[in-house]
Amino acid sequence: MSEQNPSSVEIMDAFDRRDLAWFIDKLVQVLVFIGGISAIVFIIGIFIFITMEGFGFLLDTLDFREFFMSPWWEPTDEDEPSFGILALIAGTASVTGLAMLVAIPFSLGAAIYIGEFATGKKRESLKVLVELLAAIPSVVWGFIGLSIMNPLIIELFDVPVGLNVLNAGVILGLMAAPIMTSIAEDALKAVPDRYREAAEAMGATRWQVIFKVVLSAAKNGLLGAVLLGVGRGFGETMAVLMATGHAINIPGSVFDSVRALTATIAAELGETAVGSDHYQALFTIGIFLFVITFVINLTADLIVRGIRNK
Amino acid sequence: MMNNAAQIAETTEQAQQYAIRTEKLNLWYGTFQALYDVDFNIRQGMITSLIGPSGCGKSTYLRSVNRINERLGYVRIEGNIDVFGQNIYDPSVELVQVRKQIGMVFQRPNPLPISIRDNILFGHKLHSGGRASRSEQDGIVEDALRQVLLWDKVKDRLNRKATELSLEEQQKLCIARLLPVKPRVLLMDEPCSALDPKGTAAVEELIWELRGKYSILIVTHNMAQARRASEECIFMLMGKVVEHATTDQLFVSPQSQQTADYIEGRYG
Repeated sequence: MSEQNPSSVEIMDAFDRRDLAWFIDKLVQVLVFIGGISAIVFIIGIFIFITMEGFGFLLDTLDFREFFMSPWWEPTDEDEPSFGILALIAGTASVTGLAMLVAIPFSLGAAIYIGEFATGKKRESLKVLVELLAAIPSVVWGFIGLSIMNPLIIELFDVPVGLNVLNAGVILGLMAAPIMTSIAEDALKAVPDRYREAAEAMGATRWQVIFKVVLSAAKNGLLGAVLLGVGRGFGETMAVLMATGHAINIPGSVFDSVRALTATIAAELGETAVGSDHYQALFTIGIFLFVITFVINLTADLIVRGIRNK
Repeated sequence: MMNNAAQIAETTEQAQQYAIRTEKLNLWYGTFQALYDVDFNIRQGMITSLIGPSGCGKSTYLRSVNRINERLGYVRIEGNIDVFGQNIYDPSVELVQVRKQIGMVFQRPNPLPISIRDNILFGHKLHSGGRASRSEQDGIVEDALRQVLLWDKVKDRLNRKATELSLEEQQKLCIARLLPVKPRVLLMDEPCSALDPKGTAAVEELIWELRGKYSILIVTHNMAQARRASEECIFMLMGKVVEHATTDQLFVSPQSQQTADYIEGRYG
């Protein structure tokens, strides 16, 4: 290596030169990385925040037995406040359950129609409409529950109050249906067309193709769609607050008023002293809701992904 | 000069000989015409192959014999296809009955994502209304799988998913599942193109075994396969039938220059 060609030295210099494009590339990589992990940072941050607010109560004052088993939610009782959320759980669960009874047939029917029957423009415009429906603010749905469903239920069923499980369940069902339709339609679309072709070539009618082939091949995705709907039902606040009647009650029929977990937090948090038992109890409800929706959504996501990876 | 009675006798005899009679079949995908006046007869109980370069209309023709083309929605058809004397394009014809008579095997093996057993019984359940008892069903499954030489390989895993089988086995299964509904015609759209040479040989052997029991129409890209595995051969080009002869004749002494050029590999 005694004599080096000067021109080759020049080339060697050029090889490790970093130009502007290199720095922009690095910068963009870092920015995109931050954007990518921000979701994780936020979810952990939120979890830490609500845990810190509710944790002291969770450890010291809270009697788990009472919290989950007692139907008495009387946080402002002067002599003996009690923090039982059983009635609130029953309220949320009954409304969500009824909502699913409404939403599953609607969303499944819509998904099958959009995915398997509609073609061309009809299909595209229906998909846009479904997405528009999903974008209606929940307070608008609550308003419909309050001003349209309420008198309708009173008149139709001859009951004194129209703000009840039936009202909130129907409203919530209609609210959850669009997003469930979208996910269910994705699941149907993920079924390879060659399955349909095979069944049709064997002489299956359209309904037989859908029922025996498409739905059974898409069942995981459809289950995921339903679970996401359930998650939506648990988490929905405003419409439920407006349509349930907001009365603490373990419902005996669909005409009973109830109160939901979410609505309780929304209605009471602003009126409590920060750091009080009541305040911390509300945060404990928040933790409970967070855990439930997290588990439901995670399960739904795993189920939906499971079918894609197969 | 033949007298009338003899002529009629001859035509009915011919009619019985033919599984598929095609008259002046024209087909359009939207505004694109894919078939021009296709006119030929397929003999009963024989293997007839359809060859020709890509886009010549051979698959399109095959897919109009069980009317699966119509799934697309923008297909227009003129002319007739008679299968065993019945015009399948007659308005009174029920698609389900047509497809029961005419089974189809696709290019990519497409078993349904259910068990091997349920795949075999799928067509049967559709057409019998699911009335067979468990032991009858067992018999049907065994019989169908034996016919495609698959029984010994899969008899211990009938409840496994059919999509777990090898491609060759999947394709054999796809043939087997057609048999329980007793079709008279089998259509095969490049049935070996997704298989390796060993699988191809096995499926070809199977198709050869089924000769006689079923009238088989097979589309292939592979001229050597047409030569090995068919008795009659039809050469198509640009949506038209160029030549129809026995396979030996077509490959040894083709009548048309276009056929000769194609089988010698000058284009296609």
